[in-house]
Amino acid sequence: MTTGSRESTPATSAPLTRTDMAQRVAADIPAGAYVNLGIGLPTSIANFLTLDQEVILHTENGMLGMGPEAHGAEIDLDLMNAGKISVTELAGASYFHHSDSFGMMRGGHLDIAVLGAFQVSVNGDLANWHTGVPGSIPAVGGAMDLAVGAKKIFVMMELTTKSGQSKLVESLSYPVTGLRCVTRIYTEVATFDLVPDTGISVTKLFGSATVASLRELTALPIIDATHQTSRQTPTEG
Amino acid sequence: MVSKIVDSIDEAVADIPSGATVMIGGFGRAGQPVELIDGLIRHGARDLTIVNNNAGNGEVGLALLIKGGYVRKMICSFPRQVDSHIFDEAYRAGKIELELVPQGNLAERIRAAGAGIGGFFTPTGYGTLLAEGKESRIIDDRGYVFESPLHAEFALIKAYKADRWGNLVYRKTARNFGPIMATAAVTTIAQVGQIVPLGTLDAEHVVTPGIFVNRVVQTPNEANA
Repeated sequence: MTTGSRESTPATSAPLTRTDMAQRVAADIPAGAYVNLGIGLPTSIANFLTLDQEVILHTENGMLGMGPEAHGAEIDLDLMNAGKISVTELAGASYFHHSDSFGMMRGGHLDIAVLGAFQVSVNGDLANWHTGVPGSIPAVGGAMDLAVGAKKIFVMMELTTKSGQSKLVESLSYPVTGLRCVTRIYTEVATFDLVPDTGISVTKLFGSATVASLRELTALPIIDATHQTSRQTPTEG
Repeated sequence: MVSKIVDSIDEAVADIPSGATVMIGGFGRAGQPVELIDGLIRHGARDLTIVNNNAGNGEVGLALLIKGGYVRKMICSFPRQVDSHIFDEAYRAGKIELELVPQGNLAERIRAAGAGIGGFFTPTGYGTLLAEGKESRIIDDRGYVFESPLHAEFALIKAYKADRWGNLVYRKTARNFGPIMATAAVTTIAQVGQIVPLGTLDAEHVVTPGIFVNRVVQTPNEANA
């Protein structure tokens, strides 16, 4: 089902930078949520979480209550995140072994995981672990566990590849990480919500993107839901 | 008097035979029992199947074990890293076999072995390349893959402190696979920064009870120990 032909007005004049994207995601994470931030782009979201939010970060190598990256004398070789970066611990932190760590993930105890992606399909299938290029050494880590293991999976990615092709697709051409798992996608030009049996809708637009331009780029029947969120930003509409 | 303390690293690993499956704790370098791995290299057992999250970093520990040609097969979740050039070369040269397992499945297969579970259905990996050839099942409208337990003859792990009964406590994220590997191996060998008198570890805080540990060896000059 799609909405009528009325197109919404772009919200801002330029596409979001990666920093803007991280800031947007951070602002959408509810206070007190248990969250896992994937390696790469999503890691930077931590820089924009506020103390008031008291979001509790999970790192799958066995910690809740992960603090910011460690520097200088703070560096402790026994304390790292899943990207093997030295981090700090916050008051209230806890440590646990790998089976407990993935059990809390698989058991649906994490509220949100934010992951990077090569591709996301319209029904929420995620590809982010393997390019499928012959001869490449495959490495999966916790990607498949995260994909099935949080109540909500947010993807944070640029909408197009370097050659300009949409990473939001009808069906994946990259190897699958998890099926029907992605619930929201943050990109530099738009934010999308994926609802099973309803389809994909765009909730926010940035830069010169329009619902029509996104439909053309992705060749997907994207639902216009921008009017539901436009009141949040006075500059919109 | 029960004492699991052995005097040296070399003595601790002396009976590991060629062809053994050996679990090695650690996530990257955190919790990697580097001294025990160095001992294993000196010992010289070959054709080993190694279970670890990674496949070695830089030119230390597990990376050197692979470089020396002692490893026939790696079972791991994340072999390819910025500093995994030793594994990468061995793999591309066809000198080492790789069984790639999603990290949570790896952990749970180890836990299952230690807990006497004959296998389990997990949603992780369902519908992916890593589930090919495995039994799958739909349970309450969700797809699951059957995974089998992962046993080992030996586990080499690193902990923070031990007593002579083999009770262990760990330090921060260096805990990672240590507690579950200790349960899954016939013989578990722990290298620790400190051995403390019996009764010193708070019984409420013991993470690995000594029943899962067969040998304890102290390593001097542990980083942060």
